[in-house]
Amino acid sequence: MTVAEQQIARLPQRARPARDARGGRQRWVRRLPLLPALIYMIVITQIPFLVTLWYSLQNWNLLSSAKAKFTGLSNYGSVFTNSSYRSSLLVSVEMTAAAVIVSMLLAVALALLLNQKVLGRGIARTLLITPFLVMPVASALLWKTTMLDPTYGLVNWLLSPFGVNHVAWLSSHPLGSIVVVLIWRWTPFMTLIVLAGLQGQPLDVLEAARVDGAGPVMIFRRMTFPHLRPYIELGTLLGSIYIVNTFDEVYSMTSGGPGSITTNMPYYLYEQAFQAYNIGGAAALGVITVILTMIIATFALRLIAGVFRFEEAIT
Amino acid sequence: MTAIARTRTPRRPPSRYLRRWSGPVAWTAVVWIAAIAFFLPVLWMVLTAFKPESSAYSYPPRFTFSPTLAEFRAVFSRGIGPYLENSIFATVGSTIIVLALALPAAYALSVRPVAKWRDSLFFLISTKMLPIVAAIVPIYIVARDIHLLDNIYALVLLYGAMNLPIAVWMLRSFMLEVPSETLEAARIDGANLRQEIGRVITPIIAPGIAATALICVIFAWNEFFLAVNLTSTVAATVPVFLVGFITSEGLFWAQLSAAATVASVPIILIGWIAQRQLVRGLSMGALK
Repeated sequence: MTVAEQQIARLPQRARPARDARGGRQRWVRRLPLLPALIYMIVITQIPFLVTLWYSLQNWNLLSSAKAKFTGLSNYGSVFTNSSYRSSLLVSVEMTAAAVIVSMLLAVALALLLNQKVLGRGIARTLLITPFLVMPVASALLWKTTMLDPTYGLVNWLLSPFGVNHVAWLSSHPLGSIVVVLIWRWTPFMTLIVLAGLQGQPLDVLEAARVDGAGPVMIFRRMTFPHLRPYIELGTLLGSIYIVNTFDEVYSMTSGGPGSITTNMPYYLYEQAFQAYNIGGAAALGVITVILTMIIATFALRLIAGVFRFEEAIT
Repeated sequence: MTAIARTRTPRRPPSRYLRRWSGPVAWTAVVWIAAIAFFLPVLWMVLTAFKPESSAYSYPPRFTFSPTLAEFRAVFSRGIGPYLENSIFATVGSTIIVLALALPAAYALSVRPVAKWRDSLFFLISTKMLPIVAAIVPIYIVARDIHLLDNIYALVLLYGAMNLPIAVWMLRSFMLEVPSETLEAARIDGANLRQEIGRVITPIIAPGIAATALICVIFAWNEFFLAVNLTSTVAATVPVFLVGFITSEGLFWAQLSAAATVASVPIILIGWIAQRQLVRGLSMGALK
């Protein structure tokens, strides 16, 4: 017996003999399968963030031969006084809000439709989810060229009966064009989540409401929508977290331009790090971005915890 | 809608058939219009890939043409091969790592949970919510210092970390569905931990493991941000090959479409196969 164990043995908890050496070993046996995954994740995801924090306090440019110099919070100061950063923040917010809201509205509509008895529902759903599966870089490049091209683009041709005449979408509506592509890619994701919610709706209760004479609008407002709410919230938050990080579309369609109209936060950070090689500044941007994302993520985590307890209660 | 119509029909017999069928027909039409609208860009990509370059540039757009494989041949002679190899290596390698780490971890978070399993689960998922752009600077510098820049193993390791939380959450949700009697029986028969995971749980949740692997494959294959920043010539993956068209895309729409088709079609097929499990992966196992 070690000294520590003797001390524990003298404590009032003596009545619980499970806390002996065997119990400790048992706990480690239980933890063992989990440890490799946890260690892997900590090493690869947490350490870089700590290093980011450290870099963000230094004046360090890879292009200059000068060594990194500790400068305290000055990088943060320049981030906040820098109008390009503020504008990229605004672009991110606009892009994310527009894409998430429209995608979610479409998703609720599509999920309600797909939940009806519809001919070829499985095939329709399969076609509908395909945009989410296409490699984002590939779809962004094709939207830029074959779809949105002012002269030969399919979109202008489809809209020509409505008086649209060879619009150069990417130069006249750059942000709008990217948002449309984001909506196209993310609506399927949200539809699947809302549809999962709809299919979990207890049918007997709906039937009872119908027998009691509730109309479709009433059923949606009083029963379906409240039931869907956590799923809509979950889809909105997960969608926001993913869409805030949009990089592929901006890189392949506009490179942040024209000017910096479509430069969102991830793209601005990329420019700072890999075109200006401003490591300290990019790191400070990274830290601020993490903090902003954490605010959304906290809500998302809470929600997932809620949904997930709810699913657990069912199974 | 249909049921409502049915409850009202006795009062209005003349419109009975109209009411019974107009609902479903209208819904079917709307659903199919939406589905086709969403699918159209994908269809257009595949169609354009089979066009000769001259037909790709035409107004009005051409839907009929004599299909050719010339652009696919051009894509391969342009050298997509090594990029495909890198993508396959990074995808398969990272998925193997993910499954090897996630299976035991999911076990320790569901079947025989560790003391603070909830905290571990939420730690894993929180890593998924941190923006990767924020970590790219140190990842780049560390990779440079340990000579992993433009090295495919860097992508393997990072894609592993990208997908591991999703895999743990998904596998855990499948393991919770394994009947506890089965596990009890295995334990009474004296199965140790490795036998319990390998011989009892794995066969039961095999479809779930397959679905999890497919989801990981989709995300790893489509990843671009890390690939473009950490690789250049040796280890570059297919998305990096595609953005190589940006400088010259004015002339090669059909070829770009062919390359995009080669890059996307395998994943589209995998996604179609795994679509019933897709929602579980997207919601980190929270939804079924």
